[in-house]
Amino acid sequence: MSASVENRSWYKRNEIAVTPWLFLLPGIAFFALYVIIPIFQSFWISFHEWDGLGEKTWVGLGNYERLLGGDRKFEVSFWNNVKWLVLYLLAIPMGLFISLLLNQTVRGIRLYKSLFFFPFVISQVVVGLVFSWFYLPGDQGLLNVVLGTIGLGPYNILGQPGSATYGIIAAGLWPQTAYCMILYLTGLNAVDPEQVEAARLDGAKGHKMLWYVIIPQLKPATFIAFVVTIIGALRSFDFIAVMTNGGPFGSTRVLSFYMFEESLSEFGFRMGYGAAIAVVLFFIMLFFITYFLWSMYQDEKGAR
Amino acid sequence: MHSIMKATVASLALGVASTSAFADGHALSGDLRIISDMSNPAPRAVMEGLVAGFGEQHPDLNIELEIVDREAWKTQIRNALTANPPDVVNWYAATRMTPYVDAGLFMDISDLWEEPAMADLASTKGAMTLNGAQWGVPYTYYQWGVYYRKDIYEELGLEEPATWEEELANCQAILDSGRKCYTIGSKFLWTAGGWFDYINSRTNGYEFHIALANGEVEWTDQRVRDTFANWRQLIDMGAFIDDHQSYSWQEAMPFMVDGEAAAYLMGNFSVAAFRDGGLTDDQLDFYQFPTINPDVAPAEDAPTDTFHIPSGAQNVEAAKAFLLYVTSPEVQSEINGGDALGQLPVNAAASVSDDKFIQEGFDMLSNNASGGIMQFFDRDFPAEMASAGMEGLQEFMVFPDNLDDILERLEETRQRVY
Repeated sequence: MSASVENRSWYKRNEIAVTPWLFLLPGIAFFALYVIIPIFQSFWISFHEWDGLGEKTWVGLGNYERLLGGDRKFEVSFWNNVKWLVLYLLAIPMGLFISLLLNQTVRGIRLYKSLFFFPFVISQVVVGLVFSWFYLPGDQGLLNVVLGTIGLGPYNILGQPGSATYGIIAAGLWPQTAYCMILYLTGLNAVDPEQVEAARLDGAKGHKMLWYVIIPQLKPATFIAFVVTIIGALRSFDFIAVMTNGGPFGSTRVLSFYMFEESLSEFGFRMGYGAAIAVVLFFIMLFFITYFLWSMYQDEKGAR
Repeated sequence: MHSIMKATVASLALGVASTSAFADGHALSGDLRIISDMSNPAPRAVMEGLVAGFGEQHPDLNIELEIVDREAWKTQIRNALTANPPDVVNWYAATRMTPYVDAGLFMDISDLWEEPAMADLASTKGAMTLNGAQWGVPYTYYQWGVYYRKDIYEELGLEEPATWEEELANCQAILDSGRKCYTIGSKFLWTAGGWFDYINSRTNGYEFHIALANGEVEWTDQRVRDTFANWRQLIDMGAFIDDHQSYSWQEAMPFMVDGEAAAYLMGNFSVAAFRDGGLTDDQLDFYQFPTINPDVAPAEDAPTDTFHIPSGAQNVEAAKAFLLYVTSPEVQSEINGGDALGQLPVNAAASVSDDKFIQEGFDMLSNNASGGIMQFFDRDFPAEMASAGMEGLQEFMVFPDNLDDILERLEETRQRVY
């Protein structure tokens, strides 16, 4: 008996422990090559001054001192990121509202659902372009034509540093709301009708029904909507590049756009400084990622 | 269009006597790899014609041409020069060459410039010189200046202004007629750089402008403030179209085509767009930017586009022969003609197209640009200074009251960059 155990090969003896790792190996290898290692390379580059061509010059924390010690472009970009993060979350209640509106069985509801989902299907670049036409100054843009009929305007929303970022966020909210809506629509399908029935017998209706019965059951959908919205807010690069190119005079920059400008744009190639911005952005994202992971871990523990 | 261009350049090439030591003696062979950024339709046809013509002369040479989008090339050139470099590339003159010269990626071709055939390119030698050596050859350049609606000027009884006072008086008359004096689209910033180049060089002279570009003068200097004060006269009058910060240079064009604005400070490449927009040569005309300070000689923006040999080139002999071919008078006359690039030839022995704007530009640059030739804001100033600078210029055009703040920011940038 014990002899036969000894005769089995090493792999056979450890099969249960080794096999999952074998399956994971290709994924881990590529994740390390394309994600993990570049993260550490960025850290390394951020301690240098480097134009991407010649020798790197070690500057220690010099890039960070300049970045965090009163670089105005950085401050503007950072606060724009905060605006994006806060205002983009409006997509969640708006998505919930539309999904409640559409969660009924009337003739042609599928068509309405697809129409509401449409903005998420088209590319962000197209959405940005359409909105920048909508906002065109003078009497060229639809917005100003509409405002003109009620005696307001004209406003140049994307041309004024005070309003440009909000104009872009509004454009971004359009597809993001559609995304949240679809998440909630699937979530609403999973709402337990018996609980709704029971609540109704207890006399709950209207916003009380919504708040105490429906929304708690939508918690998984809300969590996913929150995750994708936060990620979407930090990925606002496309809209900014298309709609204002960071302008007017840099007032709509966010950290990702600033990083691109410093390191990869026509007048850029300050790789060290760009990498330092990337590292700061990485830590901001890490804060959210840690929260998401922790939150998922708690859920799994609870489910066990 | 393509085949016509190819045929004409090719037939022309047969007639070009090869005078160069590089092309003489023995036939060129092997591969010649060219990466070009001439991606717009007309330049693309010119580039393909050049390759066809040069291939005609050297049948044993296998030429590979790769055309890259012009905007994309501005960032791709770095990869192209470092990994498997080709034999010939396009780029721009002056400070724009610095990163590649400093990194040793462009080949020093000073020996080519000692060829007798290059004597006719002497006027452009300065723009190709860095650290006392030459790093490429030009193939075309174009003038900047004020393109204006002649019919509107005639309707209001105005003349082309020669001085700043006339300029301001004209502008007031145009404003009184319910139009704007100038259209401009500053969304992508560089158009404001043209205005700064002109007002600064007219106010303080070419030497001062270049000293500022080289970081030798503080941005908070009184002379810089004088420049902005002159500029502000126009801004305070309301000379520029509203909301220009939201338009690209093409989007600003309809204002002039529709007659809502009377003039546009632009490069000669805009003429084609004006004509496409429906303006005839009777409606469209050109004048040199007016004198501001009579004590300084006029300097002009005339950006130059160039060919270079990467230092990692494999077939240097063929590459040098190609550069000589491109700069020869016959090829220069052909590729800069009105039906090709429609710009100015770099070779003094080449003939200039009889297009009215090219003629006027050629005359202006030959006879009335004694101050010097600027390459344009984003080519004369180092990259980081240029991008911060143009952003500041745009802000000034929208909020002139922010000037002190803008200048302090630019001064801070200057101290770090140089």
